[in-house]
Amino acid sequence: MRVTAAICKRELIAYFSTPLAYVFIVIFLALTGAVTFYFGGFFDRGQADLQVFFSFHPWLYLFLIPAVGMRLWAEERKTGTMELLMTLPVSPTHAVLGKFLASWIFAAIALALTFPMWITVNYLGGPDNGVIVAGYIGSLLMAGAFLSIGCFVSALTRNQVIAFVIAAAVCFLFMMSGLELVLAAFKGWAPDFLVDLIASLSFLTHFEGIIKGVVDIRDVIYLVSAMVIFLFANRLVIDLKRGD
Amino acid sequence: MSEMLRIRDLTKRFGALTAVDNVSLTVGRGEVLGFLGPNGAGKSTTMKMVTGFLPPTSGTAEVCGFEVTRDPIEVKRRVGYLPEGAPLYEDMTPLAFLNFVSEVRGTAAAERTGAIERAAELINITDVMHQPIGTLSKGYKRRVGLAQAIIHDPEVLILDEPTDGLDPNQKHEVRGLISKMAEDKAIVISTHLLEEVEAVCTRATIISRGKIVTDATPEALLAQSRYRNAVNVRTAVAQIEAVTAALDGIEAVDRVETASRGESTAQLVAVPVNGAVILPQVSEALRAGGLGVEEISAERGRLDEVFRVLTVGD
Repeated sequence: MRVTAAICKRELIAYFSTPLAYVFIVIFLALTGAVTFYFGGFFDRGQADLQVFFSFHPWLYLFLIPAVGMRLWAEERKTGTMELLMTLPVSPTHAVLGKFLASWIFAAIALALTFPMWITVNYLGGPDNGVIVAGYIGSLLMAGAFLSIGCFVSALTRNQVIAFVIAAAVCFLFMMSGLELVLAAFKGWAPDFLVDLIASLSFLTHFEGIIKGVVDIRDVIYLVSAMVIFLFANRLVIDLKRGD
Repeated sequence: MSEMLRIRDLTKRFGALTAVDNVSLTVGRGEVLGFLGPNGAGKSTTMKMVTGFLPPTSGTAEVCGFEVTRDPIEVKRRVGYLPEGAPLYEDMTPLAFLNFVSEVRGTAAAERTGAIERAAELINITDVMHQPIGTLSKGYKRRVGLAQAIIHDPEVLILDEPTDGLDPNQKHEVRGLISKMAEDKAIVISTHLLEEVEAVCTRATIISRGKIVTDATPEALLAQSRYRNAVNVRTAVAQIEAVTAALDGIEAVDRVETASRGESTAQLVAVPVNGAVILPQVSEALRAGGLGVEEISAERGRLDEVFRVLTVGD
């Protein structure tokens, strides 16, 4: 616990000691605003809710979240500090958790800074704030699932650009697996249960349920298990690929 | 002497390459073991296994009775380690970095400041504590790495090339520090610098192609040198032949070499048979021949020559 907290704190400070944090937050806020108002037709809908705002989050996360996760392990490998960290009395599990939590807290900070959107809808009308809270929870869980993929991929390489590209691709596949784009590749030959299984793996389907205000425990369990599985894989990679 | 570090049959293979081959050694409290060998001999790999970074292919390493693959955390608590190249988090200041290390090591918050100040003063980095590590000179970075290794006052200290990149004054300081800390610790340092072995080590282990080729005191290593007790004579160029002849006439002299030849003087080396002491005979022979020399001195032996003989060509 103490070790996890210490590593988490160090990583979080590391985010803010480089321009990355500020660039990320500014771009995230600018994009969430831009897509909500222009593509989402926030005003034209005439409804006081944040449905459109949240529905664009997965697409923004698709390329922004891998940028948050890419340095976590790749940089340690590249600079050799992996050896320093792994020869401190730290269990790999604590290190994996500490780093993941730091990145998740960072994403939560960026997400929290979208609060003017929430103020705006409350000023314009009387939204169901319960649905909005559900939306934020769903968005945060989605970010966590993407980040766990980002952490895992970052542990595989010493090159941050490769970590970014692969993480974005893996996130894309998981996000799209409910859509025709991915399913069509399986429909011709795979048995129906496999196609259904792949469709049910889609982050998007689970996320869309939550932002409509229905916090189905199954959707939450799904996103949390995705995090657990990828973080476990992250831990395995750290153990197996020490020296490279 | 209590054994604090015990390595038994440690082996590491990377595919077909055997990087470390059945290495066994023990280091006790108060000892400074110099770990020598050419690049790629397996020094760093051995250290990485002992500190729990790399899992050994076979064999064991124990620190204060804890086996590194069974109780890695207990071993890591008791070891201070400076990895090769002194990797550091360059975005942090030394203060923040040392604070992080002692936090992870479980030093109570109240004692942390004291521990950091002590290490910083001992290593002499107090004036850069607030500058990002990435902006520091190589010497300072190396010293921050050293401070990190000693911050918890470990029982076993493993330093991979601790003086690499330091200037002569800093080297001297770090060596002094190592000798000072040696009293109540077991220390292993790897180095290419043979003078370092003579300066700080109580024992030297030479490793070549993953195998230990010798484990002895620096004095014993010097005794293996062909130049043990050889006598250097500096004389005028005109006298070279006469002096050479005089030295060759001594029974205990194996041969006479011309080490260097300048404009006016030359340096001759009389190499004794089996490291015998020949200085009295040499000065006697020179006096008897009426040969004036500018300088005459006996050697203790040459470590670099011993090192080459042991690590090349076998």
